[in-house]
Amino acid sequence: MKVLMANLLWLQSGGCGGCSMSLLGAEAPDLITTLESAGINLLWHPSLSEQTGAEVRQLLDDILEGRTELDLLCIEGSMMRGPMGTGRFHLLGGTGIPMIHWVEQLAAKARYTLAIGSCAAFGGISTAGDNPTDATGLQFEGELRGGLLGSDYRSGGDLPVVNVSGCPVHPNWVTESLIELALGEGDPERLDALVRPRLYADQLVHHGCTRNEYYEYKASAEALGHQGCMMEHLGCLGTQAHGDCNTRPWNGEGSCTRGGYPCINCTAPEFEEPRHRFTETPKIAGIPVGLPTDMPKAWFVALASLSKAATPERLKENARSEQLIYPPSAKKTSGNKASSK
Amino acid sequence: MSRVVVGPFNRVEGDLDIALDTDNGQVTEARVNSTLYRGFEQILVGKPALDALVYVPRICGICSVSQSVAAAQALSQALGIKPTRNGELCRNLVLANESLTDLLTHFYLFFMPDLARETYAAELWYNQVATRFRAVKGEATRDVLPARAEFLHLMGLLAGKWPHTLSIQPGGSTKPVQRQERLRLMAILSGFRRFLEKTLFGDDLERVQAIQTPAQLENWRHEKPWQHDDLRTFLHLSEQLGFAGLGRSVDRFMSFGNYSLEGVNAVGQGIWTPDQGLSGFDAGRIVEDVSHAWMRPSEALHPQQGETEPVAEKEGAYSWCKAPRYAGQVMETGALARALVDGDPLLTAMARKEGANVKTRMLARLLELAKMLPRLQQWAQMIEPEEPFCNHPSSITDGEGVGLMEAARGSLGHWIEVRKGRISQYQIIAPTTWNFSPRDASGQPGALEQALVGTPVREGETDPVAVQHIVRSFDPCMVCTVH
Repeated sequence: MKVLMANLLWLQSGGCGGCSMSLLGAEAPDLITTLESAGINLLWHPSLSEQTGAEVRQLLDDILEGRTELDLLCIEGSMMRGPMGTGRFHLLGGTGIPMIHWVEQLAAKARYTLAIGSCAAFGGISTAGDNPTDATGLQFEGELRGGLLGSDYRSGGDLPVVNVSGCPVHPNWVTESLIELALGEGDPERLDALVRPRLYADQLVHHGCTRNEYYEYKASAEALGHQGCMMEHLGCLGTQAHGDCNTRPWNGEGSCTRGGYPCINCTAPEFEEPRHRFTETPKIAGIPVGLPTDMPKAWFVALASLSKAATPERLKENARSEQLIYPPSAKKTSGNKASSK
Repeated sequence: MSRVVVGPFNRVEGDLDIALDTDNGQVTEARVNSTLYRGFEQILVGKPALDALVYVPRICGICSVSQSVAAAQALSQALGIKPTRNGELCRNLVLANESLTDLLTHFYLFFMPDLARETYAAELWYNQVATRFRAVKGEATRDVLPARAEFLHLMGLLAGKWPHTLSIQPGGSTKPVQRQERLRLMAILSGFRRFLEKTLFGDDLERVQAIQTPAQLENWRHEKPWQHDDLRTFLHLSEQLGFAGLGRSVDRFMSFGNYSLEGVNAVGQGIWTPDQGLSGFDAGRIVEDVSHAWMRPSEALHPQQGETEPVAEKEGAYSWCKAPRYAGQVMETGALARALVDGDPLLTAMARKEGANVKTRMLARLLELAKMLPRLQQWAQMIEPEEPFCNHPSSITDGEGVGLMEAARGSLGHWIEVRKGRISQYQIIAPTTWNFSPRDASGQPGALEQALVGTPVREGETDPVAVQHIVRSFDPCMVCTVH
């Protein structure tokens, strides 16, 4: 297979740098090997590259003047428009120019533009509360299209901003999105309604959740750290959240739900303002307000009451405990050796 | 005299620029500008108290767990709830996992690549060092990324993921550790220990820990050629490039103490100076000055009363960073400060002689790796899977609390006030807020600003390489600094 070199530039703005830190944890193979083998040439990344100061300013100039091709533009962190539309809450170091202006200019040159993390995609955590910095995403402001670049923006490769959302992103969400684009396989059909790569957004966090047996019987955890399902009381949004966190775990063997705390749907716009406590399920008449994706309410209520009535003692007790009280019983197999004699 | 602005300053966490006045081939004055403001202290006000644990880790992707721990401690105090012993063990393990990862990442990915710069191409050691440490393409990156990722599997087991876990709670940890998981933890730690011993230290950790004097360090170093391992390489380059003479600052060191277990800190709290040695620490003596920050003018305030109101323009301001002071004085914080407050004999002897500099700051980080890893192994073994991991608050009403701890980069404090279950006040002072503060009302420059004065500038340099070494020797985290 012939691989063309694709130039990648990575910039950070109103975020925590956590998506880069997560990305550095890419495994089998490591990040540098992954990028190299995909033919991706790292023009500059703030945590990794040697170039600093004047060398970086020169590189940005070269891109804007068309002397260096920009194939993949990755932006991490939200776009700081404040105060009063000046963008002064983040001037790119050494340039005195607001980062939002750099991003607007560079996005006009990029073959593909990627928002890395929910901040760059939708605004994210910086937009919580009263959004003191007037932060926004690249092409979304929360759930609304628009953002910094406007809903009409298309990169040179005729795609909108690709929203690799997550807080933070899983390393593979980034590497696989980059490889797909570098291979020339970028396609609007491969993006979901929120312009997230379907590579990971076609799954729910619920898929592969280790608490599934508890979910089936509505055997619920009552406090953080209990083993039961966290949907009924602890605010877990795994049945609605898009991401393959439980089929392709984090840092080896982890995920939020495996770590004993609820999914807060961090791949979605406006996850940062749930309008209730993150670890509490809002209910009306005892029924959770947010039901599992694609599930009719009447069915959910009927099934939930049926399965609650059928909950085995083992699950009921284990669900409300940090430790396993009752292990599953070992079932006698039929036609065992003794009876065949 | 001329002025240059160095930036964007990379291989630090976040964005940074520094204005340098130079004269006669050296820096005469420096002004450090933290260029990004995000407003967490404003965002947190009005939120349900425990929701702080969702927001604060997202201040920083590299010290995410540290922010969680500081918040959990502050909430513990405000809500009157104590963590379980298992909870403390898991919290310490997760925190140490993050901090040790940071120390490692800083050395290999942030600091050492500057030694592979073309500017050193004429040096005798250059080819070998460039092959090993060149940014992105150097062989050290290939060695360290897999080791780092495997070490972070501890996060997968104990915290769900890194960064941004919600497992750290005022009452302990949400992740009960099962028997087999405890064994996995021990295996992960042994694997990382092997990497440290083979690649970084080229020796058993016990032997590295046994080095108590500068003379012993010299003897140890000369047992093997300088290329034998990465610590010896660093010591060699440090000597060649005179790192001990670069970047001396105020020589006043502070540690908030760390890794609490049943009321005892594994890392000590205090103030240390070469003249007076160790003295006690009193959190009541901290204030934040805003005279040179783009913040609404006010007198210097203790963080429990602190205000955060950004303004677009202000005469004399040049950073979003406030200027924290302890008893009116500039403090340096970080791994070296921790070692000195803790009475490390080797670093104490070095700091008495030559203060904080590029060499001692870097060496303190590497030695902390050697010192802490066996401690992690003990903690993992001490976990009792049958015992509780998390206590839960019965009600959340009113209270005040402070969380003081050590992140990889130094002293981190969170001050919280809760009214009717909601946050009414939240202030954060991060390690780099101390180290990279601007001037205060009395004109006293921050720790880095003082460290840069006198730095040599080579002929024709626009981004002086010595400045790069000094800045990175502090391992700044700019996203934490202003938050």
